[in-house]
Amino acid sequence: MSAQMFSIIYTGQQAPELKDLARSRAVMALPLAGRYRAIDFMLSNLVNSGITNAGIVTQHNYHSLMDHVGSGKEWDLSRKQDGLFVLPPFVTNQNPGMYRGTLDALGGVMSYIRRSSQEYVLIIDDTAVYNTAFRKMMEYHLEQKADITVLYQQERPHEAVLSEGVTRVYLYTSEEGRVWDIEVNAASPKTRLVSLGAYILGKALLMRIIEECVARDRHDFIRDVLIRRMNDLRIFAFGHKGVAVRIDTVQNYYAANMAFLDADARTDLLSKGGPVYTKVKDEVPARYGENGRVANSLIADGCVIEGNVENSVLFRGVRVAEGALVKDSIVMQNGDVREGASINHAILDKSVVVQRDRVLSGTGDFPVIIRKHGIV
Amino acid sequence: MSFGGKYRIIDFALSNCAHSGVDTVGVLMQYQLHELNFYLGTGQAWDLDRVHGGVYVLSPYHRSGGGKWYTGTANAIYQNIGFIEGHDPENVLVISGDHIYKMDYREMLGAHCEKEADATIAVMRVPMNEAGRFGLMRCDEDNVVVDFEEKPAEPKSDLASMGVYVFNWRVLKEYLIRDASDPASSSDFGKDVIPAMIRSGARALAYPFEGYWRDVGTVRSLWQASMDLISSPPAFDLYDPVWRIYSKNPNLPPHYVGEGARVACSLVPEGCTIYGEVERSVLSSGVYVGRGALVRESVVMPFARIGDGARVERAIIAEHAVVGGGCHIGAPGQKPEKDAGGITLVASDVAVPDGAVYERGSVIDGHTGKEETE
Repeated sequence: MSAQMFSIIYTGQQAPELKDLARSRAVMALPLAGRYRAIDFMLSNLVNSGITNAGIVTQHNYHSLMDHVGSGKEWDLSRKQDGLFVLPPFVTNQNPGMYRGTLDALGGVMSYIRRSSQEYVLIIDDTAVYNTAFRKMMEYHLEQKADITVLYQQERPHEAVLSEGVTRVYLYTSEEGRVWDIEVNAASPKTRLVSLGAYILGKALLMRIIEECVARDRHDFIRDVLIRRMNDLRIFAFGHKGVAVRIDTVQNYYAANMAFLDADARTDLLSKGGPVYTKVKDEVPARYGENGRVANSLIADGCVIEGNVENSVLFRGVRVAEGALVKDSIVMQNGDVREGASINHAILDKSVVVQRDRVLSGTGDFPVIIRKHGIV
Repeated sequence: MSFGGKYRIIDFALSNCAHSGVDTVGVLMQYQLHELNFYLGTGQAWDLDRVHGGVYVLSPYHRSGGGKWYTGTANAIYQNIGFIEGHDPENVLVISGDHIYKMDYREMLGAHCEKEADATIAVMRVPMNEAGRFGLMRCDEDNVVVDFEEKPAEPKSDLASMGVYVFNWRVLKEYLIRDASDPASSSDFGKDVIPAMIRSGARALAYPFEGYWRDVGTVRSLWQASMDLISSPPAFDLYDPVWRIYSKNPNLPPHYVGEGARVACSLVPEGCTIYGEVERSVLSSGVYVGRGALVRESVVMPFARIGDGARVERAIIAEHAVVGGGCHIGAPGQKPEKDAGGITLVASDVAVPDGAVYERGSVIDGHTGKEETE
């Protein structure tokens, strides 16, 4: 059944709320959980759902993303038929090279959509990261004879706190699951169903929608399709039963990484719908020195741990020297925390050096971010 | 066979090939073919999925007139003369897949060509008291081999063959054909073919190698070579950025170290979960160490589980073995430590029941589960 579906992944707008983390990379290229990037989860979800035709729509800063996905081989998406297609923006008369919204972006890849042979399409945006197989959602879509099915998650009320630059789409559904109202960033939502930014619809319908909207200068899939056409399209909501994390602000990104320290959440996010595949780097096993102490942390291959690490996520090739302390922090690839240095509630981007005896200290709400290649 | 946390022993030979610019590799194999085939795949992990060349599994096969098992190392190559001819090489590199070392075969080939040798044998000095385990040779001052003896009872030299040979293919082919027609021959390179070459005046050259090299064919040597990875500085450096060891990646999440765990002087690859204590040990992908457990000076192979409160000392816990809660593997015992060095082995897939105690040097075997000594 899912063999009839192809997928388009929209990798992200500018994300000012992610500050320096998204300066040189798309949201979907953000490193996550010690050895992954956000897009690994989505590509693995597709593959674990039997989807073998995937287009990645890129807009900003897509160099690191292209470098990461390569031919798609690591996700088994380097195929004779279909496979992985990276779709960078290109400038034509109709397309100025800058997408003004998701629909605009979909319009920009119309030739890919037209060329895809599958009857249904799964559209995924950069809202959230989760581990699921989309088969059940597809079955639900067919059972309900839906035009569009939206994936959602039940959020606890206290999670519905909004900060600037964040988009939350609240869904109101009837008993049978049909969506009868949608609010974007409602101040006081009366529903707990929040969209996870994944949609199934027929390819023919998608093409019609794109053509109609482009003709009327409408760009936003949520406002111009889901909300505007709620009455004449059968829009249904399908609930994701596991963990989903969001990476749209620095705080959420920090919390998303920390979520992996919980055994249940880790199992859910790394294996629920199937394994998460990523690019292989041939790193060596992590090596521990004599006096290091590590507690409640994720440590990737290639790390050399001689100091102390607590409640932290260490990506590949990180060095923690003797007497150093890494606490409640995220250290990306090849970070180097030298003798006697101490960091807590910090996010060190790739290849950051924290020199001897330096102290970096943030809080859970406001972690310190050090840019790529920064030397502290 | 896994080694060094996330590698298989064959990764070391294949990585040497990849880094030495060898683009065509035939892997001679007659047991556990499926497993090896599955592991090698297209050879992509070692950069050996090439347009010209690649990696080939060469197993015995039936042909008109019947087929037969490989009767020896040289016979394995004899049976694949057709494969080699198909690539029409000038020289052939013959190596063993179960040694741990880093070697640039290009330099050896350079010496072989420069000296116009028929055969070049990589050699290294070994301690005289261990020399009897190796193929030993004596050379003149130009490194020309004058005498080769395979595992002699009374060693006359400490210059050991590493099982790495470069042959002039035309010459080797002649000797292989001659060897195959000799019913008394065991068709082994060390025992038969190389001594025959030397006897009949072929030009055999020793190529001295300095550096780390280990045969890990026994429990003791496997354990020792694993410990060599965690000495400080490591006797064998996996971390060399220009000579990275390639392997098929098992695709597992970063390892998790829980509250109250302690890890010291150890290698821990991805996929492990550690709640207990790990000291001077090499863990492999997907290993679980329970709360209050202690793993000391041990090698734990992929996906083995050490139960809560278990103690594992100077042991090798093979793949997928389960050590029950509160077990003591490698407990000090009455028995004198033998030559095996008192390394305890829990064989693969064995489940050791909770609370079991096994003395140092035991072999805990799958079928009987009963204690045996080496």
